[in-house]
Amino acid sequence: MTELLTPFATWRGRIAALVLVLLGLLPLYAPWLDAAGIISQKFALTLMTRVLILAIAAISLNLILGYGGIVSFGHAVYIGLGGYAVGIMAHHGVTNGFLQFPVAIGLSALFALAIGALSLRTRGVYFIMITLAFAQLVYYVGVGLEPYGGDDGLTINRRSDFAGLLPTRGPDKTTAFYVVSFVVLLLVLGLVHRLVNSRFGMALRGAKSNEQRMQALGMPTFRYRLTAFVIAGAICGLAGALLANHTEFISPAMMHWTRSGDLIVMVVLGGMGSLLGPVYGAVAFLLLEEFLPGLLKVVLTWLHDGVAAVLGPGAGALESWLRLAEYWQIALGAILILVVLYARGGIDSLFGRPRHG
Amino acid sequence: MVQEPAMLTVSGLATAYGESQVLFGMEFAIGAGEVVTLMGRNGMGKTTTVHSIMGIVAPRSGMIRLGAQDIAGLPSHRIARLGLGLVPEGRQIFPNLTVRENLVAAAANRDARPSPWTLPRVFEFFPRLAERQTNMGNQLSGGEQQMLAIGRALMTNPRLLILDEATEGLAPLIRQEIWNCLRRLKEDGQAILVIDKNVGALIALADRHYIVEKGRVVWSGTSAALAGDEALQHRYLGV
Repeated sequence: MTELLTPFATWRGRIAALVLVLLGLLPLYAPWLDAAGIISQKFALTLMTRVLILAIAAISLNLILGYGGIVSFGHAVYIGLGGYAVGIMAHHGVTNGFLQFPVAIGLSALFALAIGALSLRTRGVYFIMITLAFAQLVYYVGVGLEPYGGDDGLTINRRSDFAGLLPTRGPDKTTAFYVVSFVVLLLVLGLVHRLVNSRFGMALRGAKSNEQRMQALGMPTFRYRLTAFVIAGAICGLAGALLANHTEFISPAMMHWTRSGDLIVMVVLGGMGSLLGPVYGAVAFLLLEEFLPGLLKVVLTWLHDGVAAVLGPGAGALESWLRLAEYWQIALGAILILVVLYARGGIDSLFGRPRHG
Repeated sequence: MVQEPAMLTVSGLATAYGESQVLFGMEFAIGAGEVVTLMGRNGMGKTTTVHSIMGIVAPRSGMIRLGAQDIAGLPSHRIARLGLGLVPEGRQIFPNLTVRENLVAAAANRDARPSPWTLPRVFEFFPRLAERQTNMGNQLSGGEQQMLAIGRALMTNPRLLILDEATEGLAPLIRQEIWNCLRRLKEDGQAILVIDKNVGALIALADRHYIVEKGRVVWSGTSAALAGDEALQHRYLGV
């Protein structure tokens, strides 16, 4: 029992618990936010479902990137594979989730095995380029899949059916899907926590800092790294299957290389090699993406009014000021640079010293 | 020199880094339960010998036999699994693992020893490590790091323990502690190959010695023979 309470002994643990509780209870307080006029319930749940799913994908990338030092620059390919597995099966009338999800996960694992077996023999920039090349290959296969919409993508008419346990239509489906995504997130967090602290995880982390030393102690590091690569691919494929269900749409854009970049940004922003880091990263990244333009407009309006009060008409039209908000990504870039420069361990490191460096 | 078939036999070992050859026919053997040293000045090929044995560099030619099996050219992890435990020069603790994780990560008892090295036993042997078990590897003093490196190698229950620069860079008191612990390991019957610059301590500890000069063995003999020949020590070891 006391062991269960140890995470709460530090601020880092308390904040982690708080974030998870806030995420988990969203369906309960979303109606209140709606009534208070802050944000519509449906919008909040839809946005945050996306956050949860991409957090799962980021956690899977963190397993290899943060703990294994394996910089895969094609991780979004598994989101695409998982998504396409669900989409294509649904297109052919196979909507049984108990069939779709294992296929999505298995296909992703199989691809990760092939990609990893070839690319993990290389190092550094070569590894980055090979993983990117494989991801682009699959991306262009997706573009060429004319029967499934090619570049335009494919609409999924029916969500995965889990023997009717999960409402696939009606007003409850958004909430139900949010809860499912949250439970999957918790399971994935639990799995990665156990993996990372097992002897397998120790070998993976040790090989990150000194692979030759780990080998000289009798550990076949290639096999360990490949295993981690496959597990990460499988988890990310699961995220892809969830995402396809969430958006009820698949397209090659899911696995565009910029999506892989986004996942890396989430992991780095949140904290590489920390369990909750990718969750913080996904929340921060996607909420910034959603609200930064609006926030900038508020700031710009305020600035404009200030300048106009001094210069009068010389300040120019408010509209030309607001146009600057279109470049909100510059602000996002600046935030990222600040995190990389001043908070090496990402958001997570702001809450105290991480256990794993 | 060694009557029974040696545990580790190195013969005709030649190793090169690209064009520059370092070892020119290294020859030596270690029997079960023996403590043997490689001595010599810097750059004579002691570490390269160790790296060749461990498969960290591939030997160009020659034979390295562990028991009856030729291990020359095998991948590092296979060689380690056959029973060689290395305490490397510079310790090379995993900085991002805790002390406990450093010990546990590669632990094994492949020969199914009746009384193997376990975490409690290592902590009993090095009480300092027990106190530090939740510290990260990079939060240790040099002496603690060396104890951890030895403990980490012992946790694989090696047939032969190899120490490259066993006490380099350690304070005199800590050195003494390391020599004492090696003596206790010897009394336990652990075979050890040790490299160090401290001739006096090595003579006191080891059974036999090999002096290495320019990639080959130029002298070998017992502790008594080495201790009695000051000219030899002066010529090759500069003491």
